[in-house]
Amino acid sequence: MSAMLTVWWKEIRENLRDKRTVFSALIYGPLFGPILFVVLMNTLVGQEMKKAEGPLKVPVIGAEYAPNLIDALKQQGLVPQPPIADPDEAVRNRDTDVVLRIPADYAKAWRDGEPAQVEVIYDASQRESGTPTSRLEGMLKRYSQQQGALRLLARGLSPGIASPVVVSKRDQSTPQSRAGMMLSILPYFFVFAVYIGGMYLAIDLTAGERERQSLEPLFANPVARWKILVGKLGAISAYSLASLVLTAVAFSIAGTFLPAEKLGMSFDLGPGFIGQAILLELPLIVVFAVLETLVAAFAKSYREAQTYLGLLMIIPILPSMLMSFMPVKPAHWMYAVPLLGQQIGISDLLRGIPVAYRDIGLALVCGFAFAALLGAITAVVYRSERLAISA
Amino acid sequence: MIEVQDLHKAFGAVKAVDGVTFTARDGEITGLLGPNGAGKTTTLRMLYTLMKPASGKVLVDGIDAAVDPIAVRRRLGVLPDARGLYKRLTARENIEYFARLHGIETQLMHRRREALVEALEMREILDRRTEGFSQGERVKTAIARALVHDPKNVILDEPTNGLDVMATRGLRTFMRNLKSEGRCVLFSSHIMQEVAMLCDRIVVIANGRVVADETPDALRAQTGEANLEDAFVKLIGSEEGLAA
Repeated sequence: MSAMLTVWWKEIRENLRDKRTVFSALIYGPLFGPILFVVLMNTLVGQEMKKAEGPLKVPVIGAEYAPNLIDALKQQGLVPQPPIADPDEAVRNRDTDVVLRIPADYAKAWRDGEPAQVEVIYDASQRESGTPTSRLEGMLKRYSQQQGALRLLARGLSPGIASPVVVSKRDQSTPQSRAGMMLSILPYFFVFAVYIGGMYLAIDLTAGERERQSLEPLFANPVARWKILVGKLGAISAYSLASLVLTAVAFSIAGTFLPAEKLGMSFDLGPGFIGQAILLELPLIVVFAVLETLVAAFAKSYREAQTYLGLLMIIPILPSMLMSFMPVKPAHWMYAVPLLGQQIGISDLLRGIPVAYRDIGLALVCGFAFAALLGAITAVVYRSERLAISA
Repeated sequence: MIEVQDLHKAFGAVKAVDGVTFTARDGEITGLLGPNGAGKTTTLRMLYTLMKPASGKVLVDGIDAAVDPIAVRRRLGVLPDARGLYKRLTARENIEYFARLHGIETQLMHRRREALVEALEMREILDRRTEGFSQGERVKTAIARALVHDPKNVILDEPTNGLDVMATRGLRTFMRNLKSEGRCVLFSSHIMQEVAMLCDRIVVIANGRVVADETPDALRAQTGEANLEDAFVKLIGSEEGLAA
């Protein structure tokens, strides 16, 4: 058995006996994303559904001034609640999402044929007030149009005269693309699994070995240091890959728990998606393994390495954040940038848009080239005398 | 055989090793004696190519360590200052890991391991994880791991450090056996009695320099002191850092 394989196998086996490494690589890393995702999506969708379809409970002030209006709103699904003393305060305190107030002069204005005013009190900065408020507005608008049309008819005019332009909306999104929008955070979970999967191993195999003083006897063996490094990187990559595969499988299972039909959306998280996603992430496995080892090689202790790598966790989040703050149109060259290519590639796959083999190839070639460059730097650091000396 | 010619090594302004020359011959035990901080560990680290000397030469069985470090390491069995066992592996797995790194095939590995387990009397601890081993058990495992490739030259950095009386006696017997097998044994120590008892040749190091390179008897004659302890103190110039 060659020296590289020997190192590789020993590191795999030894670290399978370490609870912390196994937990983070094979449980926490892969399951954190999917579970969080399913719980979040279900809660979110459940809430929205309740607000969009259920009876709309709204406190009404001055209902006695407009019995006809209230009857019409009731027919549209409004359930009037008893009036509250201070609607502004109630809305600000989030005691209620929205309040309807009918002024005392409503009936007089109505009788005189003047525009009769009603007030919808809400707080736009409260996200959950959005749906009920627009529902209430919609109901009021419908009632207003209906009554307006009746008045025109009574005067012998066509109601169409008051609507010179009619807007007809045609949404070009497909069910997959709507789902993709909501799933835009998902590529991050894949990268997270890759990063976390190898992190503890990377710390342990360099900073940890030095701290336990086992690097010096190891380097006394007749094996070139770069071979030892390759063996160790292989072991880190193996854990990382295991973490990634588990994540992909977990997402594929989690996909069946998502309330897809309720949203009129469909997700394709089947084997085809898993395969292509893993293929795209392959170079990242090596990039992170090398990067984590490089950082750990500079740290004086296990704890120090842990701190550095904790801070570095911001790196995998960057493309996801960038993409959500300033959405850019995906271009082919982006596949050449590690992390960015993975981000847009997986986003496309989720939207049901096939990723061209040319783009996947570009991501693989550039990713592995970047990993090789980092690897060469790490090999130089590994050769330094300082690395082996623990005391 | 290990030949060291005029080694120099500095860490910043500190000259850790400042012109060390000596030869450790086959079939002999050579002791590297010196107070703490004299440069013993740094010298040994340059021998097993962990560090590169600033100048000077290291030859192991005639091979230049600067030219072919891997061949040199193949000929050395090293117990470094840092014992560093793998705690999550058993003693057996620790030994076999190093055997495989040397490229020893399985049959031979089992034979060598068995021989070392007998010689070091470590049968009972063989299949225990090394986490929680006593100091003596750790040293035994580290030595077995270092010698599993049957090296001609053996370097032991303060091998008896932290061992109790029984373990120390056992280790001395083991070292004499290595010598009788015709190996070149080089070990460092700051304990005078031990060096006097075991060594065919004593290399005394102080402040990074060799201050004496003699047989124990010649040392006594050279310094004019009948007592070895007095002879050492005279050579080193102070009693600091030495233990009886």
